[in-house]
Amino acid sequence: MKALVRAVVVVVVLVLLNALFTGGLIPDFSISPYFLQILSLAGINIILAVSLNLINGFTGQFSIGHAGFMAIGAYVSSFMSITFGDRIRASMAFAPESVRNSALLLVVLAAGAACAAIAGFLVGVPSLRLRGDYLAIVTLGFGEIIRVFILNIDAVGGARGLGGMPRLANFFWIYLFAAATIAVVTRIVNSSFGRTLIAIREDEIAAEAMGVNTTRHKVISFVVSSAMAGVAGGLFAHYLMYIHTNSFTFIRSFEIIIMIVIGGLGSITGSVLGAVLYITLTEGLRGFAQYRMLLFSLLLIVIMIVRPGGILGHRELRDFFSRRRRVAAATPPVVSG
Amino acid sequence: MTLLQLSDVTMRFGGLVAVNELDLTLEPGQLYGLIGPNGAGKTTVFNVITGVYRPTSGEIRFKDHSIVGERSGKITRRGIARTFQNIRLFGEMTVLENVKVASHCRQTADLASAVFRTPAHHTEEERVDRQSRELLEIFHLQAFADEKAKNLPYGSQRRLEIARAMATLPRLLLLDEPAAGMNPHEAHQLMDLIRWVRDHFEMAILLVEHNMKVVMGVCETVHVLDYGATIAVGPPAEIQKNPKVIEAYLGGA
Repeated sequence: MKALVRAVVVVVVLVLLNALFTGGLIPDFSISPYFLQILSLAGINIILAVSLNLINGFTGQFSIGHAGFMAIGAYVSSFMSITFGDRIRASMAFAPESVRNSALLLVVLAAGAACAAIAGFLVGVPSLRLRGDYLAIVTLGFGEIIRVFILNIDAVGGARGLGGMPRLANFFWIYLFAAATIAVVTRIVNSSFGRTLIAIREDEIAAEAMGVNTTRHKVISFVVSSAMAGVAGGLFAHYLMYIHTNSFTFIRSFEIIIMIVIGGLGSITGSVLGAVLYITLTEGLRGFAQYRMLLFSLLLIVIMIVRPGGILGHRELRDFFSRRRRVAAATPPVVSG
Repeated sequence: MTLLQLSDVTMRFGGLVAVNELDLTLEPGQLYGLIGPNGAGKTTVFNVITGVYRPTSGEIRFKDHSIVGERSGKITRRGIARTFQNIRLFGEMTVLENVKVASHCRQTADLASAVFRTPAHHTEEERVDRQSRELLEIFHLQAFADEKAKNLPYGSQRRLEIARAMATLPRLLLLDEPAAGMNPHEAHQLMDLIRWVRDHFEMAILLVEHNMKVVMGVCETVHVLDYGATIAVGPPAEIQKNPKVIEAYLGGA
């Protein structure tokens, strides 16, 4: 019940914000299209960062192939909306235009997420047997394989890229899915299943010895994470209306990793903060032209020196506000025996 | 009915025979000690029973099921829990969470119930919370419930390892050197705890331990290994007088 109320509040707030930003709420007021686009891309980055944190931060499996699953979501959903879009919309001729578009978006996103999940399963089953550096290298490889594979399919444009899909996604949809991603990951992490994921991160052998089927849980977490990346890809494609495999190289995967590392591995609010900070820094430093990436790297180094565990570390933003209470609770009386 | 039966179990690592044609039988409720000089293969026996290693040859039966080749997680769900010689707690998690993780294998919770927060999910979370706290109380750890496991004193970490293993509701508990690093006072308390756990939960305990006082004090049967092979099995009083055992520990004249 509480969750339902919260969901309704989120939807209403997002509808109002969307209207405000595009000039639909107050006449003669709207934010610049440039700023709106940055905000929307930040929302997509939030989905990517929070979902990657589930596997990298909470389960402790270092994956660098997230861009590959995003690419699958982007291409599958675009292919769907280009090929079947008109037919799906025609089947709902009775409904108003906006409802038809929303339904189409949900259908193609679901298809993209499902395909990304299947790919996540196929990649995860063999590679999650590996640990640490080996897993990182294998996922990096798979991410690139997916990209090169798509690059060679002529039906989705190949090296020309793919365009012509309708603009179905907007600020509202992107942030609705960002909120949903945050809610789902938070609930997973704060559940019995989530505790086993953190246990796997802490000590995989001990987790298995406590009766956890570690392989199964790692694969589930990887599949969920991939599906969310697929949704992010679909939103990305239907927001920019043109995609190219160059958007999904391993550099994109590294960007997402940078976001979760500066925010704090194993912190959901940290990932959100990291995603927003990343896009703010890369956009804010545009004025420095060729020195932009130089300054950006410097900032990253400073953050890593000052806070090696990321800005929030393992903790959530909320924990900082209730810090005093936690310290008091953390000094138990001396107990012997 | 026999609880655990190892017949002719051999474990080779390349040319090294770590466990050599071992036979071992454990009855329900038995307190069984496994001792031997360093490198005798005691921990390897644990790893073979819990599925960390697959034995080169031989048969292991638990409650009349062959468990050779099964994953450790599966074996734990069948009812064999263990602690580790070098403590392996989930350091960043709280003491309470450590115990809760171990009870996951006895829960029906899955991903869907977690995401949709079904009523069943809430009921189960409450039940697990209550049971885990009860378990912490038994092991005198309730005061540390919300403390990170890595911040606990050494002796408490050892107790938490046992508490965590108990949360999987085992019929057989394997303790790998639980008294390591404990002072005589703590070791004495541990002996009482081991006896109490056995009586209260009616489970069998297989104990690997170097502290002879602990082994001879609590075990009903002691099994001595040397170079992976059995050299003696019997009640503590007999074992202490066995010339072969004395030779293995002190060296031949």
